Amino acid sequence: MHRYANPARFLRIVTAVLPWSAGASAVLLPVGFYLALLGSPPDYQQGDTVRIMYVHVPAAWMAMSIYSLMAASSAVALVWRHPVAELVTKAAAPIGAVFTAVCLITGSLWGEPMWGTWWVWDARLTSVLVLEFLYLGYIALVNAFDDATRGARAGAVLVLVGFVNVPIIKFSVDWWNTLHQPASIMRLGGPTIDIHMLAPLLVMALGFTSFFVTVLILRVRAELTLRKLRVLRLAQATA
Amino acid sequence: MTGAGDFWAMGGYAAFVWPAYAITLAALVLLLVTALRAQRQAERALAMLEGARGRRHARASSDKPAGDLA
Amino acid sequence: MTAASLAFRAVLARDLRLGLRHGSDIAMVVSFFVLAAVLFPFGVGPEANLLTRISAGVVWVTALLAAMLSLDRLFQADYEDGSLDQLALSPAPLAVIVLAKAAAHWLTTGLPLIVVAPALGLMLRLDPAGFVPLVLAMLIGTPSLSLFGAIGAALTLGARRGGALVALLVLPLVLPVLIFGVGAVEAAVTGLGPRPHLLILGALLAAALPLAPLAAAVALRQALESA
Repeated sequence: MHRYANPARFLRIVTAVLPWSAGASAVLLPVGFYLALLGSPPDYQQGDTVRIMYVHVPAAWMAMSIYSLMAASSAVALVWRHPVAELVTKAAAPIGAVFTAVCLITGSLWGEPMWGTWWVWDARLTSVLVLEFLYLGYIALVNAFDDATRGARAGAVLVLVGFVNVPIIKFSVDWWNTLHQPASIMRLGGPTIDIHMLAPLLVMALGFTSFFVTVLILRVRAELTLRKLRVLRLAQATA
Repeated sequence: MTGAGDFWAMGGYAAFVWPAYAITLAALVLLLVTALRAQRQAERALAMLEGARGRRHARASSDKPAGDLA
Repeated sequence: MTAASLAFRAVLARDLRLGLRHGSDIAMVVSFFVLAAVLFPFGVGPEANLLTRISAGVVWVTALLAAMLSLDRLFQADYEDGSLDQLALSPAPLAVIVLAKAAAHWLTTGLPLIVVAPALGLMLRLDPAGFVPLVLAMLIGTPSLSLFGAIGAALTLGARRGGALVALLVLPLVLPVLIFGVGAVEAAVTGLGPRPHLLILGALLAAALPLAPLAAAVALRQALESA
């Protein structure tokens, strides 16, 4: 079964990582939720709505990081024809789409009490909405072909074409007058946020990340199995 | 915070904070459940296919010479 | 003359000839444009102030949607009869051929829309100061639609439901064109001047011209390889 050799090595690595990432999520997420809801003070100006930040911001970080990961694996897939890279992209997309949706919805829930509006068409919100469309478009494109490889390759091109949106999201609050507040963590000069708020934020972010890794591994394993299935079916059909 | 009531009230913002956390939790659960289901479905399909192939192998090898796809 | 410019002219001429021969296709795109725009007064009521406020947006959005209509056919016919394989094997870069096809698409789709747009502006009570900026903005902006559209068309070659999928993929990419296209008209109408918006539209076009054909060419090769 030489055609499974490379993916088999990948499979062995991720299977070894899985318990660690799952364990990390099982620890970090509950701790994060505790710190966010109980173990941190309300904000001087925003009151308890600041707790929404502890899910909204990490979700936003995930939305952008996952897309960036997909762009990297798409580039690897296109340049080196790496079969596993294609599957990683495909497996990551639904996770990114869900985190983007969480970011948008929790953002609305935070915006209504704080800004007085559920939505505003400023640069930050619009570009994150575009990100959601890119995720959904990718998923639609990859699943629109009977030939799974063709779908994955076309999707890789789409991810790279849309990647210009990620720096736009990141710098939109600097380049334009937006209602959305400017960066207070990922900026030159270090975070301006208080440690009591930074802690739940970082723990949640790490929890989301390890959760992402866990779900990604599960999905990639499923994709590898599906590919084995397709190869076997093809072999049977031509037998 | 002075009591359980205050905690649930979230300073008057309960209608915003709790749905936000509920959505987040629901999203995480959804991601995990669909990933596990996808893996289980794929493995089941593969097992069925390999099972059928194994049976066909056994039948075929009794009346066909070697040279099957492996 | 290089192989590239020869191929460009040849493909452009051929696609234009084909496009003009099927003149009904052009008429269909323009008819959709007019019909969709005219739906709005029926939908929101004929009150003049309201129509004036939304006129620029309506014209732009319906132009966008109309431009999407003919995209899935950009490469389809050549893909099906094997001409695309031949074009891919020719010494000219595939990106140049994509550029020629996008140019033909613009000439047979974008340009007719621009010609009809002022009439629609009249019907939608566009502010008089907005007409020239609208045409200018569409002149600079619609070629980008054809270019980004070519990427979408190439990606969805051979896909199920290609037509709807192309729109889903391309519309998010051309959102900046819409934003600044409408912005140009609004800026002119409010007296701020459309120049910054037109310049940004120009920058988008300048970026799309070299990059979109490259991306589309990569996507085309994928389609041809797995055919």
